[in-house]
Amino acid sequence: MTLAAQGVMLTVPGRTLVEGLDVSLAPGQCWALLGRNGAGKSSLLLALAGLSRPATGSVLLDDKPIVDHPRGAVARRLGILLQHDAEDFWGSVLDFVLLGRLPHGTGLFGADPEGVAQARSAIDAVDLIDHADQPYRTLSGGERQRARIAQLLVQAPEYLLLDEPLSHLDLQHQLELMQLLAGLSRAGHTVVMALHEPLWAARFCDAALLMYDSGAYRHGAAHDVLNQENLEALYRCRLEAVFGSGYPLYFPVPS
Amino acid sequence: MRSIPARRPIVAALAVAGPLSIGVALAFGSVHLPFEEWLHALAGQGSDTAREIVWGLRAPRAFAGFAVGALLALAGALLQVLLRNPLADPYILGVSGGAAVGALAAMLAGLAGSLVHASAFAGACAAALALFVFSMRFTGWNIHRVLLAGVGIAAGAGAAVSLILTLAPAGQVHGMLFWLMGDLSGAEHPLTGWIALAAALALALGLARQLDGLSLGPLKAQSLGVAVGRTQALAFLAATGATVSAVMLAGSVGFVGLVVPHLLRLAGFTGHRVLLPLAALAGGTLVVFADTLARAVAAPLEFPVGALTALIGVPVLLVLLARLR
Repeated sequence: MTLAAQGVMLTVPGRTLVEGLDVSLAPGQCWALLGRNGAGKSSLLLALAGLSRPATGSVLLDDKPIVDHPRGAVARRLGILLQHDAEDFWGSVLDFVLLGRLPHGTGLFGADPEGVAQARSAIDAVDLIDHADQPYRTLSGGERQRARIAQLLVQAPEYLLLDEPLSHLDLQHQLELMQLLAGLSRAGHTVVMALHEPLWAARFCDAALLMYDSGAYRHGAAHDVLNQENLEALYRCRLEAVFGSGYPLYFPVPS
Repeated sequence: MRSIPARRPIVAALAVAGPLSIGVALAFGSVHLPFEEWLHALAGQGSDTAREIVWGLRAPRAFAGFAVGALLALAGALLQVLLRNPLADPYILGVSGGAAVGALAAMLAGLAGSLVHASAFAGACAAALALFVFSMRFTGWNIHRVLLAGVGIAAGAGAAVSLILTLAPAGQVHGMLFWLMGDLSGAEHPLTGWIALAAALALALGLARQLDGLSLGPLKAQSLGVAVGRTQALAFLAATGATVSAVMLAGSVGFVGLVVPHLLRLAGFTGHRVLLPLAALAGGTLVVFADTLARAVAAPLEFPVGALTALIGVPVLLVLLARLR
């Protein structure tokens, strides 16, 4: 019952993003994925979701290459929040969120009352219930992001891969989303998210994977890995730590 | 906050308007039939002339028009989600351009009737084949290449059509223009259109849920379990088949395939299980009403139905767009 990368190398034309990556993502774990822009966080998430093939190595779901599982069966167990998707959806927020039920299937013209109930509850969980019947295209950027997260929740996967889930969200909704995702991992789901703010990773994740520009990587318990030395090397800039509520907040400072 | 409009009244209105459009098409035309005589003819009684007018002339044309509109709207709805381009319409892939070249070349050669049809069909098939060969040949399916190849083929066909129109003697140009603008006067055999409609609709409905996923983009669709390549290929097949069948019946009736799916999306229908059959119903209804107007408004003069579909559809679309937030 694990999702694992085994000897994974990811490349883009002219560059190796990561090489020889071995990592195992167990149920109940909440992983933060950190790195500079272009370090390969999104590419790794796509590979972990089975949406792209690594140059070498493989991603295994239950010890079998994920690309060898039927696509529909994977979709019932693993969901991904992409960094971008279509912006021109014409239906309501509820219609949009209900698309997360696709892998679970209904009859051709079958109503899906259970799905509608789940969708409403997911919309409520991301604080959008007052907008449920509003056209999706009238939502603000942050509200769309929350609707997209609700769609992922309705998919009800064991593995949730999220590419920058906090983008466009205000501070209150950032906090609520991190609490929601941490809660899901405590309930046995595996959560993996690409983040740009080490503070959120330190507060809510129990493991972290740092992807360096060189193609090297480092992973381990969040409280071990997320230290000043590692983060300065990762972001290639000097950081100054300020402590509040027991967690360090790092400010970049000119070197 | 603005809610999505209520959808049931629209479905109900269309369910009434569809059969009503056929009824109106059977009732009106260049020859005036008194109501009682028309009712008798409808029931298969009354004079031979009245029965011939209603069942021999008006009915085949009405049913053919309905099939044409339904096929075009279905093809448009499929291509818009497939190409993720709101400007996609059944003619964007160049298939109807191929049919036009075939038809006009046959007319130029002095052929008529079924030979023109056969030549149009050959032209459509040649265009579809060229599309497949150029867009899929070496590196597999790529939807952007399909679109660009289609636009290229359509442009080439447009050039060929211009050339034929320039070369054609003045006496043939009128018939050619009617073919190009879309015309139901030669559509005597609606059955083929209805068979094509049933087949294309069945295929498309089988893909409806996958198309819903595809409207989120191919990568997200794949993550939701949609077999993206297979869905795109089958939807493309259904759209091409529907377009060819419509063009064979009535030439290039414009606007239906572009505007009808948009009207329904603007009205809040986004799920393809409902959108596709409703687009077929609305497209068929629009063409039958437009053709009845084309026949009756200045009888015995007939307008090409394609001009009427645009004249009805354009204002409706513009008003809806202006109201769109």
